[in-house]
Amino acid sequence: MKTRYLKTSAASLGIILGLAATGTAWAQDSVDLRMTIWSANEAHLAMFNEIADGFKQTHPNVTVSFDSIPFDSYTTTLTTQIAGGNPPDLAWILETSAADFVNSGALAPLNETFSAIEGYDLWDLSIPASELWTRDGQLYAYPFSTSPFAMFANNDLIAAAGAKTPAELIEAGEWNWDNAFATAKAVADAGEADGLVVRDFNFQTWQNLASIWRGWGADPWSADGKSCTLADQPMIDAMTAIHNAIFVDGGMPGPGETVDFFAGDAAMTITQISRASLLPKEDPFDWDLVPLPAGPAGEYYVIGQAGVGVFERSANKDVAVEFLAYMTNPENSQKLAQFFPPARESLLNAETLSTTNPLLSAEQIQTVVVDGISRGVVLPGHTNFAQIQQTIRSGLDALWVPEADVAAVLGNVCSSVSPLLAR
Amino acid sequence: MSQSSQAPHKPPFWTMTRRDAAAGYVFIAPQLVGIITFVLVPLGLVFWYSLHEWNVLASSFNFVGAANYQMLLNDPNLPAVLLASAIFSAGLVVFNMALALLLAVLLDQKLKGMVVFRTLFFSPVVVSLVAWTIVWSFLLQANGGINGLLSIIGIEGPNWLRTPTTAMISVVVVQVFKNVGLNMVLFLAALQGVPKELYEAARVDGAGRFKQFRRITLPMISPTILLTSIITIVGSLQVFAQIAVLTQGGPGMTTTVLVYYLYQQAFQFHFFGYGSTLSILLFLIVAALTFAQWQLRKRIVFYEN
Repeated sequence: MKTRYLKTSAASLGIILGLAATGTAWAQDSVDLRMTIWSANEAHLAMFNEIADGFKQTHPNVTVSFDSIPFDSYTTTLTTQIAGGNPPDLAWILETSAADFVNSGALAPLNETFSAIEGYDLWDLSIPASELWTRDGQLYAYPFSTSPFAMFANNDLIAAAGAKTPAELIEAGEWNWDNAFATAKAVADAGEADGLVVRDFNFQTWQNLASIWRGWGADPWSADGKSCTLADQPMIDAMTAIHNAIFVDGGMPGPGETVDFFAGDAAMTITQISRASLLPKEDPFDWDLVPLPAGPAGEYYVIGQAGVGVFERSANKDVAVEFLAYMTNPENSQKLAQFFPPARESLLNAETLSTTNPLLSAEQIQTVVVDGISRGVVLPGHTNFAQIQQTIRSGLDALWVPEADVAAVLGNVCSSVSPLLAR
Repeated sequence: MSQSSQAPHKPPFWTMTRRDAAAGYVFIAPQLVGIITFVLVPLGLVFWYSLHEWNVLASSFNFVGAANYQMLLNDPNLPAVLLASAIFSAGLVVFNMALALLLAVLLDQKLKGMVVFRTLFFSPVVVSLVAWTIVWSFLLQANGGINGLLSIIGIEGPNWLRTPTTAMISVVVVQVFKNVGLNMVLFLAALQGVPKELYEAARVDGAGRFKQFRRITLPMISPTILLTSIITIVGSLQVFAQIAVLTQGGPGMTTTVLVYYLYQQAFQFHFFGYGSTLSILLFLIVAALTFAQWQLRKRIVFYEN
């Protein structure tokens, strides 16, 4: 009896030691994954945590935490973490810095893991939506959000000012920038609220003005990114229209003023539909979501994109790629679609999107989301974007004064940024 | 010494001098470890980084020799950055010292309730710098508190942080109000150390208030003036949070001072090598200014003994 007991103990000890020696995960090591995001929105975080809990069902040893970093300093904070030897395992990446991240080799390739997973269906990804995140046919970040810019309107404020709402203008076939600026001016003149806010622009994030200047067919640089087109006629015309709206009409808030549409302080705002989560739940106003007005160059769509990548230097790279695959599989993509429009073609239809976006009507989903994603131009991005962004921002400061000479300022901006673009 | 040479046996290792020296080293050891870890080693590393091209994203770190220093000499932005730093430092030092001295002289009166005023003027020094600056950023907005007050008396205030001249003035004033209390207290202590009989003698000789101030007070407190001016100039070259919160270096590059430019290059544009080169430049400027002021002390500072 005693010997048998000893023998079994020895045998089990042997097995345990053997397992430990070979490193087999008989009781798997716990893995903590950290993912940096720029949203601190509770609804967004709840959804991410739900997805992370789902992953834990099949990977009980993996815990994913989401690290919210403020949008303004997001990329700076992220690169500082990397420089300090403490990179996250996964990170959201902005479209503007996509080129820097994808080309640097900082991100792990995804194709092999993704295409090996049954039911993942990598080829469902829209090719135009993945272009920014692909190098030599290899996907380096998943375009988890392809979000069109659109116009939110506060119909209560517009009606009180006696102006035409965007919906009325659309019906009359007159939804263009002249009339949009006129509505903004009417509300501002009424004195209760501001007219039109380009959200997150703040006279610094000038690339967000693409949501207006694309209506003039304007671009900051040529398609190959080598030459500056800020001083070309379409851009001069578009910037003149914006300058007038701010300093002549008073329909857009000036530099240094903080105005929040979602707090009911402005008649209209241009932003991405993921911001719908900010609409007030208590004491709501009569809001609408419409496509951007037509410009002199006709109808146009602008999209912002965000990708999620895994860092090549992450200690848990393989698990992180697996989590990313789980997070973006068809089922979870549908969940994400509630806030972040998917790049999966199978989900890009009004039917699927309306079940996940209860706030939006079928018409809004078709005209704003589906049309936007299939026809939209992505916000401008460039290799070495931070330096180019800063150089243009500092040059454009001269534009944001009442007496500015638009063409002269844009000419100066081009001469200071051209050497950086040509590099 | 004469004692030990007279003694026939071998002198003990722990002489009085050695014992004192050892005790001294033990006392300064914590400070020394701190300086080596947090000042000298980083300084050496920064110099090492400045000889490299360091791409954080690609995790590449290549020796490039003096290339970053070559870039420094050819940097088209550098003159504007150095000018902004010089204007900021000059404005800050003059305004800060003048205001601190004025407040100290005013508060050096024997009146009831003076302690309350002294506390009041000193209190911003202990407030968190970023909190202080954020509150000011609200006050200085185009539709902010200061312009609101001005509109009551019928003045339309400028867009303080968005106009080149007022942006620099705003940044200087916010910084002066934050730290003037510290210099004020130092001046106050110095003023109270001036022997009263000197003033009596001067009065007997027929010197007026202004002459007394110029001939007695200023020379007597000149060591403190030197000390505060060194602290203020060195501090002014390190200004960062105020710029980051209030203007982000704008409008244009008018408030892009050296430290902010360094931050942009290293942490926003990811040029860590060039950022390190800029910090070597900053180090040399601070060292040169401090050395120059130390030399000047022989000519303008009055020491009683």
